Amino acid sequence: MSSNAITIPGTRVEGKPWVETLHEWVTTVDHKRLGILYIIYALGFLVVGGVEALIIRIQLMHSNNDFVSPQVFNRLFTMHGTTMIFFVVMPIMFGFANYLVPLMVGARDMAFPRLNAFSFWLSAFGGLLLYFSFLGGSGLYGAGNAPDVGWWAYAPLGAQAFSPGHSSDYWTLSLLVSGFGSIGTAINIIATILCMRCPGMKLGRMPLVVWLYLVMGGMVLIAITPLSAAQIMLLIDRYLGGHFFDTQAGGSAVLWMHFFWIFGHPEVYILVMPAFAFTSEIIPVFSRKPIFGYPAMVAASVAIGLVSTSVWAHHMFSVGMNSYANSFFAITTMAVGIPTGIKIFNWIGTMWGGRIQFKVPMLFCLGFLFQFLIAGLTGIIQGTVPVDWQLTLSYFVVAHFHYVIVGGILFALFGAFYYWYPKVTGRMLSERLGKWHFWLFLIGFHLTFDVMHIPGLLGMPRRIYTYEPGRGWDTLNLIVSIGAFIQAVAILVFVWNLIVSYFKGAKAGNDPWDAWTLEWSTSSPPPAYNFATVPVVASRRPLWDVKHPEDPDSQYE
Amino acid sequence: MAGLIIAESAIFTIFVVAYLFYVGKSLTGPTPREVLETPIFYSICLLSSSLTVHYAGKSLQRGERGPFLSLWSLTILLGGLFLFGTGREWHRLIYEHGLTISTNLFGTTYYSLVGLHAFHVTVGMIMLVIVAIFAFANRIGKEHSPRVEVLSLYWHFVDVVWVVVFTVVYVLGR
Repeated sequence: MSSNAITIPGTRVEGKPWVETLHEWVTTVDHKRLGILYIIYALGFLVVGGVEALIIRIQLMHSNNDFVSPQVFNRLFTMHGTTMIFFVVMPIMFGFANYLVPLMVGARDMAFPRLNAFSFWLSAFGGLLLYFSFLGGSGLYGAGNAPDVGWWAYAPLGAQAFSPGHSSDYWTLSLLVSGFGSIGTAINIIATILCMRCPGMKLGRMPLVVWLYLVMGGMVLIAITPLSAAQIMLLIDRYLGGHFFDTQAGGSAVLWMHFFWIFGHPEVYILVMPAFAFTSEIIPVFSRKPIFGYPAMVAASVAIGLVSTSVWAHHMFSVGMNSYANSFFAITTMAVGIPTGIKIFNWIGTMWGGRIQFKVPMLFCLGFLFQFLIAGLTGIIQGTVPVDWQLTLSYFVVAHFHYVIVGGILFALFGAFYYWYPKVTGRMLSERLGKWHFWLFLIGFHLTFDVMHIPGLLGMPRRIYTYEPGRGWDTLNLIVSIGAFIQAVAILVFVWNLIVSYFKGAKAGNDPWDAWTLEWSTSSPPPAYNFATVPVVASRRPLWDVKHPEDPDSQYE
Repeated sequence: MAGLIIAESAIFTIFVVAYLFYVGKSLTGPTPREVLETPIFYSICLLSSSLTVHYAGKSLQRGERGPFLSLWSLTILLGGLFLFGTGREWHRLIYEHGLTISTNLFGTTYYSLVGLHAFHVTVGMIMLVIVAIFAFANRIGKEHSPRVEVLSLYWHFVDVVWVVVFTVVYVLGR
């Protein structure tokens, strides 16, 4: 996959034994192969997490259902949340970073290839450890239990007294291990971007994908580590008799909340930064115009990264902090909407006056734009403290964050798949199947998550395994569940597209989209060494300069 | 290494925040004022080891193998002394004053913070010893200087963390 083979007619070459191919993949340090490994790993867990969601939705389809017991339900929403955040979106984003960042800066690999491989395998085994809990864990209700404390594992629920056995330890340890993997990858990304850019690529000429991954890498270093620290403290409490979160010894359960959300809020911005990156790459190419306001986009991205580290306690408005704290976090939460708004205006500004091509990557990015805007607005709604006092811990919050993650991040990810699949595999994904995927997923998504706001407003709490009839929630929940199944069908179409196009898709060539960043100058797939001669760039769109030597960008920048 | 230092600083910051948050809040048991003895000698050992590792690096850059070996070994000795001192203090705290990680909030936060630091010192010591083994086998030359500098940077970080921990635990925390 990473070699560029030329067929010499008349020769016969023996195929390699499959064990040798397997060995190559397991021991690879090539950033492109590791990127692919991350992505395939994440797609597998996407299906698993999706099945967990479907079971949840079946259970909630009507009142007083008993499809699963409350204990199993608790495990399901814990595993669904933990899986999707830590073993789907994080690895997929790191996978894209691994594949794209060296190519886009004109380097031949990441700064530390062996650390890269080590980080991947750490994260991968972390995920397997979490899922081993289904077989090997033990909890309050018998043998073979996954963690059931919610993905936040709030104190004192995570303490030994309330979570006996080992199910919570699987949660703690798997995230600790994969957290270290994430830190390794972040170090690699930052070092590659700062130290390995090709000649001529000043910081102001880097693609926005690279800028956003630089910010994301920095955020990983200072956001994941508080979670690691808190988890070490939790392990000390559970096994060494520590009292960090033990209220009976004077400890504070709220301290866990602070530490968790100091991690948790920047974490979701870590997840969304690459989505911004993909959109900032795809919208210009399919509007046939360079991105509007590149310096403002860079500044806004850095600002979002910084401000988002100061908003964490908006997850804790109902805990009883004093009004100074509540006001501070409400203000910072509102403030983080400003640079985000600047980005949305700039994406619109990019499309304005362009010649828009409604190919599948662009369709998904348009979906992202619209849905992320709405999701951001429902976030600002909850940033108003008194409103949040009514909406917190209800399905309104669930609807909001799924709107961001599914409607925003996942849509941008699908766009990125359709955009870069030709580069990675040398084949185009089917436009026809892509459009089926898009429209089915769009309809399913809106059915589920638009409607889901309403039960939240009507007072339906989260994490309940069933509800009484006659509250007006039944029909709404049924519609939500139907939408979930439609999304599942769309995902199946997507997976089918990925597989079939690999064998039968149209050959892509180097540059099927007529794009402008360095990765499109290599063959599809790129050779193992990426670039035969190190490129030299003079502007933000090096391939535009090559294709239009009479009107290069370097004249205008 | 700079990236790793940033990440590790965040971890230590959280433990320091927990320590400061819980100062004076223990419900029972020994308080810092009653049991802590300021480890001045061992701190000087650790801080001087930063100096020795710095000069060792400089010697290696100039290709002076002899001074490099002696300064590097001195660094290891001083680091080892620091760990020995920490061990001695913990022995005293546990057996003479009955302070363990589970005694009270002070015990939990003290042993976690100082222990996390000592763990990082230990990892640093292992790396220093590995380099020493290669150095005594005559396998380290001027060309390895940048890599040795990276390890020195980690060792300086461990020192700076000790300055912070020392201030928080032995100065502010009383």
